[in-house]
Amino acid sequence: MSDVILEMRNITKTFPGVKALDNVTFSVKQGEIHALVGENGAGKSTLMKVLSGVYPFGSYEGEIYFEGNECKFQNINQSEEVGLVIIHQELALIPYLSIAENLFLGNERSRFGVVDWNESILKTKELLNRVGLNESPNTLITNMGVGKQQLVEIAKALAKKVKLHILDEPTASLNETDSEKLLQLLLQFKAHGIASILISHKLSEVSKVADSITILRDGATIETLDAHKDVITEDRIIRGMVGRDLTHRFPPRESKIGETIFEVRDWNAYHPLHEDRKVSNNVNIHVRKGEVVGIAGLMGAGRTELAMSIFGRAYGTRISGTVLKNGKEIDVSSIDKAIANGIAYATEDRKAYGLILIEQIKDNITLANLEEVSDVGVINEPRELTVTREYRDKLNIKCSSILQLAVNLSGGNQQKVVLSKWLFANPDILILDEPTRGIDVGAKYEIYTIINRLASEGKGIIMISSELPEILGVCDRIYVMRDGKIVGEMPAEDASQEKIMMHIMRKQEVTQ
Amino acid sequence: MKIPATFDETTGGSALRKTIAGLFKSNIREYGMLIALIAIMIFFQIRTDGILMKPVNITNLVLQNSYVIIMALGMLLIIVSGWIDLSVGSVAAFVGAIAGVLIVKNHMNYGLAIVLCLGIGALIGAWQGYWVAYVKIPAFIVTLAGMLIFRGLTLVMVRGESIGPFPVGFQKLSAGFIPDFFKMEGFHLTTMLIGVIVSVILIYFDLRTRRNQQKYGFEVTPFYFSVVKQIAITAAVMGFSYLMASYKGIPNVLVILFPFIVVYAFVTNQTVIGRRIYALGGNEKAARLSGVNTPRLLFYTFVNMGALAALAGLIVAARLNSATPNAGEGFELDVIAACFIGGASASGGIGTIIGAVVGAFFIGVMNNGMSILGVGIDWQQAIKGFVLLLAVFFDVYNKNKSV
Repeated sequence: MSDVILEMRNITKTFPGVKALDNVTFSVKQGEIHALVGENGAGKSTLMKVLSGVYPFGSYEGEIYFEGNECKFQNINQSEEVGLVIIHQELALIPYLSIAENLFLGNERSRFGVVDWNESILKTKELLNRVGLNESPNTLITNMGVGKQQLVEIAKALAKKVKLHILDEPTASLNETDSEKLLQLLLQFKAHGIASILISHKLSEVSKVADSITILRDGATIETLDAHKDVITEDRIIRGMVGRDLTHRFPPRESKIGETIFEVRDWNAYHPLHEDRKVSNNVNIHVRKGEVVGIAGLMGAGRTELAMSIFGRAYGTRISGTVLKNGKEIDVSSIDKAIANGIAYATEDRKAYGLILIEQIKDNITLANLEEVSDVGVINEPRELTVTREYRDKLNIKCSSILQLAVNLSGGNQQKVVLSKWLFANPDILILDEPTRGIDVGAKYEIYTIINRLASEGKGIIMISSELPEILGVCDRIYVMRDGKIVGEMPAEDASQEKIMMHIMRKQEVTQ
Repeated sequence: MKIPATFDETTGGSALRKTIAGLFKSNIREYGMLIALIAIMIFFQIRTDGILMKPVNITNLVLQNSYVIIMALGMLLIIVSGWIDLSVGSVAAFVGAIAGVLIVKNHMNYGLAIVLCLGIGALIGAWQGYWVAYVKIPAFIVTLAGMLIFRGLTLVMVRGESIGPFPVGFQKLSAGFIPDFFKMEGFHLTTMLIGVIVSVILIYFDLRTRRNQQKYGFEVTPFYFSVVKQIAITAAVMGFSYLMASYKGIPNVLVILFPFIVVYAFVTNQTVIGRRIYALGGNEKAARLSGVNTPRLLFYTFVNMGALAALAGLIVAARLNSATPNAGEGFELDVIAACFIGGASASGGIGTIIGAVVGAFFIGVMNNGMSILGVGIDWQQAIKGFVLLLAVFFDVYNKNKSV
């Protein structure tokens, strides 16, 4: 049982401007459950994408050995062929096909191109039995719950004669019973000699089933713990995940905090499609003048949903609650009203939601406040040019001209264009959603400087971020969010990464 | 002394070459279609032994294509906002039929009838816009349904026959020409005079734009380039005026058409609404999150299209002097093709009014030239199809190269 089935040696993967993986070494033994943990952005998913061939051989440095043979996967098919199957965070099932059709998709039981339905159904029944799912092979995926869909995914992997499973956050959207079932299944596979790599934020699960735990941080392997030798506690894992130097990554700031400028009371919102799913659950938050308030939490905790539902009901249905500015209730029932009332929301996904990529920098900057550069509906071009140049200089947007198209800018500069747009709309409250996602360290520093300047101008700032060091380095006060609820609040001077992580991770055992 | 001089010369020379190549490259989208239009005009001028550019034919070209251009103005906005309208031909026919019933059968005052018809067009646009913008049914489906619905309703209105003739006043909408104040024999001096005025205005605006650009420190095209451009435009306007003056002068329809083109070009280029339409088509989600009321904007884009389709329907009815069941058949294809040939992008966010107008003339010249040459309607269609594909390919190719 101690033979190594998978070995990844010195893997380095760079994206333009970012080193996502830095000399990572990772090995899995035959038939073990190996947990891979780390913060958002630590490089877990990237490592698994390298392993499974999503990033083909040649796009990274380093070597991969599977069962002793060097692997140079060009695509997922090749990795699946040797028995390496990845089950993604977002399920890859086709909703309007049946279980049987999904199980053998791309791997159809057929003779001369004609599907052999009898064999497919028979085989499906057998596989469903193995994962303990009691459903007819003809059931459509769309009619099943997420937990059962997850089991179908695993059955699909079994159909491919899997030797090593990779499960990326398999229990993220499952309730406790389903999670438990899934973990039992992993243990069962282990008994059959199938190894698993388990990526999970739920440390309780990790410490329950894992044989080894590898901790990644900032794209590098920190350590690998052996559950049979080391004493593994959640605190021990968390320390490995977050411990790092915080000096000089953030510009210094003196907070001058005034009166409460913005307040959200009893805020509730539901998912637009699954109308019984509450995405914001009785949220109460407030921001004071000159204050930077962070909202920490994992992906899927409901932070973006909260921000967007406040920002002119851009997300969610059946929204209820009140929003107050300077103590008076304001109307945020549509985006233009929210903007008119001095609220701005800079999105986490600047390419899809923040920018018109095929348009000029100038057009992007003025879009949210065209009234300011126009007279009775006619754009005053000289004024527009003056204004946009001013922002280019103020935020140091590096471009050949403000007539350059947004698509040709680097991530950091695109982010500055998005910020310029919202600064030009002259808001009193700025909600910044992952303002430094995917941009390099230098640009991050500039963005932090801008945030500090805005706060010193007396604006109220809400910063959503998955990077704890950033939250700690920039914010005055921190909310922790999980499952649509605010589960913690602390002033920055009392906060530490460990403390925030505790709130994020531990609360889930208490509440469930 | 000698070496620097040569050095200066060479760098000067290469810089000049670079600017010409650069100018051509950066403006290929803008000028490419115009060059193609001129090329195809020269081609047909030669092949038809000069019939194409005869005053009577040029006037006919304008008359034949006026409704395509009018609808292309609205279609361009729809395509820029990321959608399409397949129903415009049917809507034009339907409105023409209503005009026929109101004016010919019920003897309604034609001025009142025109206003009513434009209102009905806007209502039809509102109907389709509602489904697209608020119920979020793809415009392709909504307007495909509209194409069937309004063609069907046209047949119901006219009961399978042609309704006509219209009163002379209504016919003037399409058939008349502006009066000549000089009453010169065989030459329409007023037309020539208008040509001069238009040329002067165009030169003034070009110079003003240039001055503004310089004032705000933007790189401007070299002055000689500007001069060449102005000479070319003035020559085209004057030549066009001369040709029309040699026949019966400016047709009434051009008096409607020209202000429309100017207004729509202005709206798309210089106004908040125009900017928002481009934003809507460029990235609907980002536009919405920037406070643009995207459903309402899209809704009004369709209302506008409906009204313009109605106007086109009236002009067609006036030109044929009857409301017929199959009026406007296939117009939607010419109109959509005009926009795409004129450089609009099928994925939205890109396209210009001037491009659409040039595209419409391009198709018009092809239709006209091939008809003069006696090319059958069968081959005309096939050739037009190829040209459309080629034009869009050219555009996609350029875009890929620039990214």
